[in-house]
Amino acid sequence: MSALSLRGITKAFGGNQILNGVSLDVGAGEFIALVGPSGCGKSTLLRVLAGLDHADHGEILIGGRDMSGIAAADRNIAMVFQSYALYPHLTASQNIAVPLAMRRLSRMQRLPFLGSLMPDQRTIRTTIARDVRDMATSLKIDHLLDRKPGQMSGGQRQRVALARAMVRQPSIFLMDEPLSNLDANLRVHARGEIVELHRRAGVPTLYVTHDQAEALSMADRVAVMMGGRLLQIASPEVIYDDPAHIEVARFIGQPRINLLPAEAENGVVAFGDMRLTLENPPAGKIPVTLAIRPEFVFPDRNRQDGLAARIERIEFLGSEVILYCRLDAIGESVIAKVQPPEAAGLAAGDPVGLRLSSGRTMAFAEDGSRLAARAEAGGGFAASDIKRERAHG
Amino acid sequence: MASVVSMAVPGNPAIAHRRSEARIAWMLVLPAIVLLFLFVLLPVASVIVLGFTDFELGYGKFRFVGFENYAHLITDRTFRKSLWNTTVYTAIVAPISILLGLGIAMLIESETAARSLFRTAYFLPVASLIVAMATVWQYMFHPTIGPINALLALAGLPGPNWLGSSGTVLYSLSIIGVWQSVGFNMVLFLAGLTAIPRELYAAAEVDGARSSFDRFLLVTWPMLGPTTLFVITISITNAVKVFEIVKTLTDGGPNKASEVLLFTIYQEGFVYLRVGYASAMTVVFLLILVVLMFLQYRILDRRVHYT
Repeated sequence: MSALSLRGITKAFGGNQILNGVSLDVGAGEFIALVGPSGCGKSTLLRVLAGLDHADHGEILIGGRDMSGIAAADRNIAMVFQSYALYPHLTASQNIAVPLAMRRLSRMQRLPFLGSLMPDQRTIRTTIARDVRDMATSLKIDHLLDRKPGQMSGGQRQRVALARAMVRQPSIFLMDEPLSNLDANLRVHARGEIVELHRRAGVPTLYVTHDQAEALSMADRVAVMMGGRLLQIASPEVIYDDPAHIEVARFIGQPRINLLPAEAENGVVAFGDMRLTLENPPAGKIPVTLAIRPEFVFPDRNRQDGLAARIERIEFLGSEVILYCRLDAIGESVIAKVQPPEAAGLAAGDPVGLRLSSGRTMAFAEDGSRLAARAEAGGGFAASDIKRERAHG
Repeated sequence: MASVVSMAVPGNPAIAHRRSEARIAWMLVLPAIVLLFLFVLLPVASVIVLGFTDFELGYGKFRFVGFENYAHLITDRTFRKSLWNTTVYTAIVAPISILLGLGIAMLIESETAARSLFRTAYFLPVASLIVAMATVWQYMFHPTIGPINALLALAGLPGPNWLGSSGTVLYSLSIIGVWQSVGFNMVLFLAGLTAIPRELYAAAEVDGARSSFDRFLLVTWPMLGPTTLFVITISITNAVKVFEIVKTLTDGGPNKASEVLLFTIYQEGFVYLRVGYASAMTVVFLLILVVLMFLQYRILDRRVHYT
C-alpha cells in the first residue's frame, strides 16, 4: 500500500483549470520531487493535499484512508513553506512546540493564563519542551532556541521551519520550495541535509521545486508537471535520458536540449547523414522534432564531418565549455557541451562541423509525445564511438 | 572656498568638514524647530502660564494667583462631575468600539463578495459630520416620535427618555460615540489584518489549529499587536476628547448629567470668559492624556511584537 495516493485530482479557480486530473502514488519512505515551471499548479496540488484547498474532483488517500472532508489539522501532514511561515512573535523553541502543543494539550490547557491552572498542563509542557530540545539538537539549532525569527538568518529560519515540521511524526512531509530563499551556496548544502534527514526519518516526502537541479539530485522519483498535468513520473535518470514528452525534454537539462525540426517519411527520419527508424510509423510524411542533449553534439573543426555550422558564442564554465552554434542549412541554433581541451582554439565566428550522436537522438511527434525510434546501424555514429576516440586521443 | 577653509583650520580638514556638516544640519532642521516652537510649544507654555493667573477675556490686566485655580478645581463640583462623566463615557466607548471594530473587521476580511460595500458602509459615520448627524440622533432618541422608542413600544417595553433624563443621557451619548468610532477602528484593524501573511494561517492549520479561535489566538491576535496598541491609544484619546455631540445634543444637561471635560473647559473659557481658570482645566486635561499615553506604552508596548 502506498503512503499517499492521488487519483484524478482536478481544481479550477474561476474557470481557470489549475489541476487537470493529477494521479500520483508515493511509496513508503519515498522522496518524490514535483518539478515544473512556475504557475504549473504544483503549489496548488500541495495545498489540496494538505487540506488547505479543496479539489473539485478526485480523491486523496493517505495510508489508504480517504481524506475527503478531513481538515488540514487532522491529516497528520507536516509542511515546510517557501516563506517558512514561522510565527514571528514566537521564539524558535515556541515555534517548534506549536504542533506538539496543539496536539497534546486540550483547548482549555492551551488558554493563556487560565491554561496554567489546568491539571497535567505542566507535565505535558515539560515533555514538549524536552522533545523540542531533542529536535533542535539533532538539527544543530539548539543555540537559536531563544531567538525570534526576525533575529535569525535565512538558513537558520529554514532549519527552524524544518524542525517544526519534523518534531512530530507526520505521515507525509510536504515541502514547498523550501530552499528557494537561500543563497546558492547554502542551497546546495541544504539539499544534502534534507536528503540525509529524509533518509534518517524515513517519512515519505513530496518536494515541490521549480529547480530541476534540486529535483534531479534529491529525489528517488521526479514528477514533471506542466499546465496542471503530470507529464512523466520516473527516476531522475529516466527523466533526463528518456523523457516521455517534448516538454519534459525541454524543461529538464541545463543547457537546454537541442530541438531540430525534421520530417519522417514512411517511418524514416533523415537528418544530415543520420537516419532514425520509427517503430510503428504512420504512413506518409509527418513532421517530427528531433531532440538531442548538448553533451551528445560533437563539434569538429573539420567541416567535412557532420552538419555545417558557425559558432555564435562561447561560454567557459570551468569544467566544461558551452558552444552556441547556428546551422548553416536551416538556421536553427544548436548547443554543444564539450570538455575544455576540445574547445581550445575555437572562437566565436569560427565555422565548425557538428556531429550528432544518432543513438542519443530522440524523436517527438507534433503533439509532443515521444516516438520510439532506433538509429540505423551504419548511419551517423554512436556516442560510444566518440568516447572511444577520446579515450585513445 | 575649500582652500580658505583649509587655511583657516590648518592641519585638520576632517574637523572642519565635520563642523560645516553640523552647521548645515542645524540650518536644515531650523524651519521645523521654529514651527514646532511657535505652534506647539509656545501655546502649551502659554496655557500653563495662564493657568496660574486670573486672566479673564476683556479685562486688560491680570495677576498671578499661584495654585489658586487648581485649589478651586478640587472643590469645583461641576469639574468633578465632568471628570467622572468623561471617565464613564471613555470606559464605555473605548472598549466597545475597539472590540466591535475588531469583530466587524474580521467579518469583512472573511467576506469575499461585498467587502468594499461593507467597508464603506461602516466607515460612513467616520466621514460624516457629527454636528449634522446629531439631528438624526436627536430624532432617533426622541421619547415620543423617535423610532427607537417606537420599536420598544412594539415589543411592549417602556422607552426611556434617552437624552432628556439624567439617568440615561450619558449612555445615550455613549451609543452615539460607539457608532461614530467603530468605523475608524474597523478600518485600522482591516489594514492590520490584510498585512498578516496568508501562509501563517496555512501553517497554523497544518500545525493543528483546528478551530478559527485557535488560529485567532495563534496568529491573528499577536500579529495585530501593533495595530491594537494604536487603536487603543486613539480610541481612548478620542473618547476623552468628546465634545461635539454634548454641545449639539444636550449642552451638558440635564442637570449637568452629561458635562464632560472639554465641554466644561469650553463653558469656562468661551461662555464665562474665565481664561485663567479654563487654562488650569486644560492643563489637567493634557496631564490626563499624557499619563494615559505613558501608561499604555509602558504596559502594552512590552507585550507587543513588532515585525
